[in-house]
Amino acid sequence: MNLARTRRVNIAGAIITVITVIAAIIWAFPIYWGIVSSFKLEDEVVRPYIELWPEHPTLRHYWFALTQTQIGSWYVNSVATALGVTVLTVSTSLLVGYAISQLRFPGRRVLWWLILASFMVPTQVLIINHFVLIANMGLLNTWAGIILPQLIHPVVIIVYKQFFDQVPKEFREAAVMDNASELRILSKVYIPMNWGVTTALSIVTFIWAWNAFLWPFLAVTRTEMMTITVGITQVSDAFGVYYARQLASAVLAGFPVALAYLLFQRRVTQAITLSAGIKG
Amino acid sequence: MIRNARKDTLIAYVLIAPFVAIYGLIFVYPTIDMFILSFKDAPLIAFGPQTAEWTGLDNYTRLPDDRRFGTAFWNTAYFVLLSVVPGTLVALAIALGITRLSGRLQSLVLALFFLPYILPVSVVYRIWDWTLNFQFGIAMHLFDTLGIDRVPIFKTSTWFMPAVAFVTIWWTCGFSILLFLAGLRAIPAEIYEAAELDNANRWTVFRKLTWPLLWPVTALVLTIQLILQLKIFDQVYLFSVGGRPNDNLVMVYYIYQRAFQNDDGGRAAAIAVVLFMIVIIVSVLNFQLLRLAERKT
Repeated sequence: MNLARTRRVNIAGAIITVITVIAAIIWAFPIYWGIVSSFKLEDEVVRPYIELWPEHPTLRHYWFALTQTQIGSWYVNSVATALGVTVLTVSTSLLVGYAISQLRFPGRRVLWWLILASFMVPTQVLIINHFVLIANMGLLNTWAGIILPQLIHPVVIIVYKQFFDQVPKEFREAAVMDNASELRILSKVYIPMNWGVTTALSIVTFIWAWNAFLWPFLAVTRTEMMTITVGITQVSDAFGVYYARQLASAVLAGFPVALAYLLFQRRVTQAITLSAGIKG
Repeated sequence: MIRNARKDTLIAYVLIAPFVAIYGLIFVYPTIDMFILSFKDAPLIAFGPQTAEWTGLDNYTRLPDDRRFGTAFWNTAYFVLLSVVPGTLVALAIALGITRLSGRLQSLVLALFFLPYILPVSVVYRIWDWTLNFQFGIAMHLFDTLGIDRVPIFKTSTWFMPAVAFVTIWWTCGFSILLFLAGLRAIPAEIYEAAELDNANRWTVFRKLTWPLLWPVTALVLTIQLILQLKIFDQVYLFSVGGRPNDNLVMVYYIYQRAFQNDDGGRAAAIAVVLFMIVIIVSVLNFQLLRLAERKT
């Protein structure tokens, strides 16, 4: 009787497993379909039946995108601005996280409240005033103009503070006994002990910045200054209604972040769970 | 062990200086500026004390009679309704499926579900614009098989919001799945072993154990989703190109339209303040509820 029950449960379990796997394949299928279509000839793409593999695989759409459009400059702009956002956000957040976690100074509470408050403020509502500010500074259509308003990532500070809080006090006391300066303690103890978090936070900040749409879309009007995320949707005359060409440009835009995720899967997962306030 | 307090303070100020400068410039100042601008009649560019006129509450009092504002407000609410709870339930179901797997199969399946989240919105737009293409989209074969008439989905008002919500769930689900997986992992295995001894069936175990124990995570996911979806813009904008933007307006889209297409900085700022208030109120209420939820368990 008990045996029959276990078997029934196991069969149900196996069915759930199979459903999960099939669902995962269907879930990711549109991505596969987009990629595969980008390797087809334009007239193959619009055939009225489904071909899961191109009949004549071709790279011509990629060749077109790379030589006939400004995708090259867009790539450079995306890499430069995403790196800029990452380096500035992570470095300034690390310093603030350390100061709030380890030092006592007047204004510390106010600062902490400001950080928590900015967590709630939707940056999307600030687009008007960001635009006016950046325009008055003469930074529209520049990398600095794209980078600046993207530097609001309070979550990075909060994660750093949590991690610095967890470093055992003995390390600090020992260093203080040795008369080590704050900068030395930070660079020799706190940063090395938290390399993992720094890597994880840097990767996701880079991905966020690469994927940013609204602000880079507003800050740039000249096509050669666009980031790739914006560029592939804005310059439609370069692509026309050639579906395979559009998809090839999309594959080029998504490739770096997809690769970053596949290479650093564990780190990305960790940083995302941390950013939601859950210890991963 | 006595450290010089003044030296500490000085070092702290040096460490926080870059951050304070950046935040002052791009967060505190623009936020204050937004409130000020919302009381003025000013174009987007070249406004300032010399050109702009104070108009008091005019920008606000005009909102209730503003047709486009009404559309934007209700569309945002509709979108939240279509995306938040359904998205959370889908993520929970997927996470429950994934926890049963182990080893390489688990990381592979998780990667397949998570991959969309990592992609830029414009890539997501291209993929789905292609998949749901009226003439050549592969999803239309599915429509044909099921006997549903083909529709140009993103050009039809009734289909637009549900379709964008569907794409959004597909795109952002990975994030919620990760949170649910972390939550499920935190439930001790002994609890399930005890339930097994009691011969409890799968559904009872879920209802009596998993669901209540997972509730704090569920509440967190709902909160994050709600706040995120109130701020929707990118997908709606992209899928509206060549369609009916005025029917598809959402709050951020309307801010964009007022400011950047109608060159009406003051009125745009008033809409921004309204959205700002909505998000703040929802956040505060939510975090209070979250604290209650945590206290209960």
